[in-house]
Amino acid sequence: MKPPPFAYHAPGSIDEACNLLSTLEDAKVLAGGQSLIPLLNFRLARPQHLIDINRIAGVDRIYERDGGVAVQALVRQAAVEDSDVVARVCPLLTDAIRLVAHRVIRNRGTVCGSIAHADPASELPAVLLALGGSVVAKSTRGERVIGAGALFAGVFETTLAPDEVLVEAWFPSSSKPYSVIEESRRHGDFALAGVVRASDRLALFGVAPTPVLADPRDPARGLEPSRDLEASPDFRLHLIRVLTEQAFAA
Amino acid sequence: MKVNGVQRAAPDDTRLLLSDHLRQELGLTGTHVGCEHGVCGCCTVLLDGAPVRSCLMLAVQAEGHDVTTIEGLARDGSALHPVQQAFHECHALQCGFCTPGFVMSVVGLLAQHPHPTEQEVDEGIAGNLCRCTGYASIRRAVTRAAELNSSPHVGKSGPKGRDGA
Amino acid sequence: MTTRWFGAPVQRFEDDRLLRGHGRFTDDFDEGALECCFVRSPYAHARIRSIDATAARAMPGVIAVYTAVDLPFGGVDLPLLIPHPNLTHGRTQRCLASERVRYAGEAVAFVVAETRYLAEDAAELVEVDYEPLPVVITPEASSRAEHLVHDDVPGNVAAEMLQEVGDVEKALREAPHRKRLKFRYERAAASPMEGRAVWARWSAGDRKLMVYDSTQSPTSIRGGLAVLFGLPESNVEVIAPDVGGGFGPKIMLFYPDELLVPYAAMQLGRPVKWTEDRQEHFTAVNQERGQVHEVVVGFDAEGRVLALSDDFIHDGGAYTPYGIILPIISAAQVPGPYRIPNYRVRFRDMYTNATPTSPYRGAGRPHACFVMERTLDAIAADLHLDRIELRRRNLIQAGEFPYDVGVAWQDGNTVVYDSGDYPTLLDKAIANLGPKPAGDNVGMGIGIYVEGTGVGPYEGAHVQVLVSGKVVAATGIPSQGQAHATVWAQVVADELGVDVGDVEVTSGDTRRFPWGVGTFASRGAVTAGNAMHVAARMVADKAKHIAADHLEAAVEDLELAGGLVRVKGSPDRGIPLGAVAVLSNPVRYAFGGGTEAATQFAARPREGPPLRDGEQPGLEATGYYSPPGSTWASGCHAAYVRVDPKTFRLEILKYVVVHDCGRVINPLVLQGQIEGGVAQGIGGAFYERLAYDGDGQLRNASFMEFLMPYATEIPPIEIDHIETPSPLNPLGVKGAGEAGVIPVGAVLASAIEDATGIEITEMPLSPLRLFELYRLMER
Repeated sequence: MKPPPFAYHAPGSIDEACNLLSTLEDAKVLAGGQSLIPLLNFRLARPQHLIDINRIAGVDRIYERDGGVAVQALVRQAAVEDSDVVARVCPLLTDAIRLVAHRVIRNRGTVCGSIAHADPASELPAVLLALGGSVVAKSTRGERVIGAGALFAGVFETTLAPDEVLVEAWFPSSSKPYSVIEESRRHGDFALAGVVRASDRLALFGVAPTPVLADPRDPARGLEPSRDLEASPDFRLHLIRVLTEQAFAA
Repeated sequence: MKVNGVQRAAPDDTRLLLSDHLRQELGLTGTHVGCEHGVCGCCTVLLDGAPVRSCLMLAVQAEGHDVTTIEGLARDGSALHPVQQAFHECHALQCGFCTPGFVMSVVGLLAQHPHPTEQEVDEGIAGNLCRCTGYASIRRAVTRAAELNSSPHVGKSGPKGRDGA
Repeated sequence: MTTRWFGAPVQRFEDDRLLRGHGRFTDDFDEGALECCFVRSPYAHARIRSIDATAARAMPGVIAVYTAVDLPFGGVDLPLLIPHPNLTHGRTQRCLASERVRYAGEAVAFVVAETRYLAEDAAELVEVDYEPLPVVITPEASSRAEHLVHDDVPGNVAAEMLQEVGDVEKALREAPHRKRLKFRYERAAASPMEGRAVWARWSAGDRKLMVYDSTQSPTSIRGGLAVLFGLPESNVEVIAPDVGGGFGPKIMLFYPDELLVPYAAMQLGRPVKWTEDRQEHFTAVNQERGQVHEVVVGFDAEGRVLALSDDFIHDGGAYTPYGIILPIISAAQVPGPYRIPNYRVRFRDMYTNATPTSPYRGAGRPHACFVMERTLDAIAADLHLDRIELRRRNLIQAGEFPYDVGVAWQDGNTVVYDSGDYPTLLDKAIANLGPKPAGDNVGMGIGIYVEGTGVGPYEGAHVQVLVSGKVVAATGIPSQGQAHATVWAQVVADELGVDVGDVEVTSGDTRRFPWGVGTFASRGAVTAGNAMHVAARMVADKAKHIAADHLEAAVEDLELAGGLVRVKGSPDRGIPLGAVAVLSNPVRYAFGGGTEAATQFAARPREGPPLRDGEQPGLEATGYYSPPGSTWASGCHAAYVRVDPKTFRLEILKYVVVHDCGRVINPLVLQGQIEGGVAQGIGGAFYERLAYDGDGQLRNASFMEFLMPYATEIPPIEIDHIETPSPLNPLGVKGAGEAGVIPVGAVLASAIEDATGIEITEMPLSPLRLFELYRLMER
């Protein structure tokens, strides 16, 4: 389980990273590595080029803007977990980040990386969607803002272009009532099913190819969840109803 | 990169995992490899003081950083670190394969939570797999380590044992 | 002999180096070793049309690629380790497959390169042309035999065995009540944290082969390599260094790498090492637990079992290198601690296109316990009887030992329980469990088991007192975490009257002790422990005889204590053991260390030659212990659980163990063994499963999807003990290594059924499975 050969690049700036992405075929951005490196070790991912953005300075800030909190590309999940700003402005995000794997993974994993990775069973994309947040994508062609509703396209798929880097994620402030509840097999595992409540908005994760918004009164409507070793489609639908009820009981 | 306080060369091979670099190039075989996908925790080291999975880092990524491995906790022949001492007292290791990863994780946990609650202990050591102990003794060791950390004169100075045994 | 150390919670000597990161696990050895990678079949069943390693061999950094045709032993079947007359159709695999592969993961080629990275790159370049064949994956499918795993094995049956005690047909006919039950256990994986690894070096000059192997039996590996490579055994050294957990799969012997790595070292003139990775571990390393049982039980109105018939299929996997030990154990252990006056058991060991099976902690006993305990719960439910009372009525009583069950045991004898007190185990467990916690969806589960431990043929030990007064001891069997270095030191220290810290034990190194069998089946304490005792006692006797001459005292008046041989009642009349060691070796030339005392003009003269007939120099002895039969440990586990009615999440509210392994050498070590075993049992009952699909592919070969529990999934466990010493061995000990895991499935099934009303007849479970069963029940 050793990574296959690749060409390694360590740009010193976002612009340099974008240049590399625009000129290289089959390149992947390496941020926290907590999702990508396992894929490399299993040889399930075999990019020809790895663009390691960890050398880039000045892109690890958490700051308030536009009534929410912005998290830049290299902000580690642990930094969000420990952040007073996040706890004050978007405590839903603080709660959600504690469900992501384990602290040791959060010490390296990045928030932007998790969002760009778009695992349908992960928490942060669903939080972004429930809050109606957005991301900033940069390339040699410029910068653009992508709303959460237009970002997630499928399993491990976003609408980011191959030459774009996700440089910032913006989370609107969360106000009570809010909650993030998931059902997983072990502590820290990916969710079999999960819900994020942000006031009267509800986002589901683990039950569709992407996180999806749902009606709290009928959360399972229209869902066709997948089957895997730990959950059947029926079980997922059942759990969604149970978790939604729990989230909206308070 | 600095490893256990000593400046060491970074590897030439950019695809070498940090876990392999530590074990093979630097001869620090105390860091173990259990899964190479970040789940078991046997490979846990400290990067700038915080626990990370060395199997999920390329060795070159550690350039410019401080890495602490299990060998760096107690200098050769000197007293065990309180976490190591607590593991010994509480019989919190059997085969010893997961132990370095646990010890480094617990060092990180206690830095974050010097007096962890039961739940903080459980959640703090969840993320490391052990197949031998069933975790009960490890829980006890974390609590004991917290005691030893706060009162350095409590407890013995080192286990009865032979080096190089 | 003072018993200062026996029974004491001595802290471990192994800890210091392991805690400092100075352990020596097989992959830690380097010396410029080349590294290896296997090419393994992705198909569960296929014909191999061709293998082309040209591109792989041409890759820079690749030293060699071996296929079957490249090996002088390529056409030789690997050993069938435990033959048995009922194993009429035993089959083993070859080192590397060349014509047919029969399980996904079977080895086809072996790549040796400068690094594992390069070896993996090269392995991808080996082109194997497979023609997939129909796959037989479940025991039921195997039994239908629409397709054969081996063309020359009719019906996929490797072995069939029928045993009967009493007259089951008659007893069933006459029984007031009868019930049919079916139970199913899926395959499981032991999954030690350290995978398997082998390192070898060949010294061509003195024709010596040295091997480090993460194995549970270095002596067996040594014997096999000597035979295979035509070397004298004394030219083969096999060492199990630090081993990161065994739990059974490492007692499987002669995995292909155990031959290929030494062979490559001999061919290539450089050390060679192979370390598996986690993904390949899942299918390359033996598994266990697949069985399907059909039970018919006859009982009376008071719930007494009158007759039990068990007909079961054992999933043997694609090959049977370990023979039929596992189903023999299951068959033997079904009756458990209960009186079953008429018992019939038939098993068929079936081939499937899956990884071969061999022991995993518990080794057939968890199934047996599950069958018996679930059957008793079913009887209790039928008769509306309390489950505890029902068990009391059926338990063998304390006065009935030795108790002959009448069926075959894995050592070739029959099952005879030597000692035990099962009613007390049950009573204590219930008392310790206490009242049921308040709240809904809470259930209670109980399970009582016996465990045959301490099986032979034998183990040995060498004990020597050095001239410094320190003691060294060695035995052939290795440790995988059971604290041999500490526990045997306790036994020896007691015999020799020294401080336990002055005894240094080596285990699992054929250079130090070349005879023995291995660490498995909860036998270490009984066999090696007693061998240590025998050897140490021989040393103590010799010390007394030598000291008697010099102290001018009678041997019977001497004792060993405080590091001295001294006169009882006169503690100032004594000789330090180290001095006795000097005196034991009559020398011409002194070489320091007090040896002047043993030279010819200094030593107190004695009649006759310095060494009498039959005497040997040195204060050392080699002793052996060969058990007359297994000793039978036992225990009772009880638990309260809560099953969330909506998510079917399992919460274990309380888990108690009452355990009997005879006399306890080190309670700290024992506690660790039980806590670890129970955790492994919980993992196997509710979290872990090996998810094979219909094509024989393992869908969850990673720790992300094979769910070993973390600390958050394992509750605290309360442990209590009773001790019924074994009359069969001098130390009165019984084995303890597997006890924690054996009844856990039965206990949790019992508790979950009590909490939810869902009838549980299978293992493992999960929230999904409970959801599905609940839905079925509602219909």
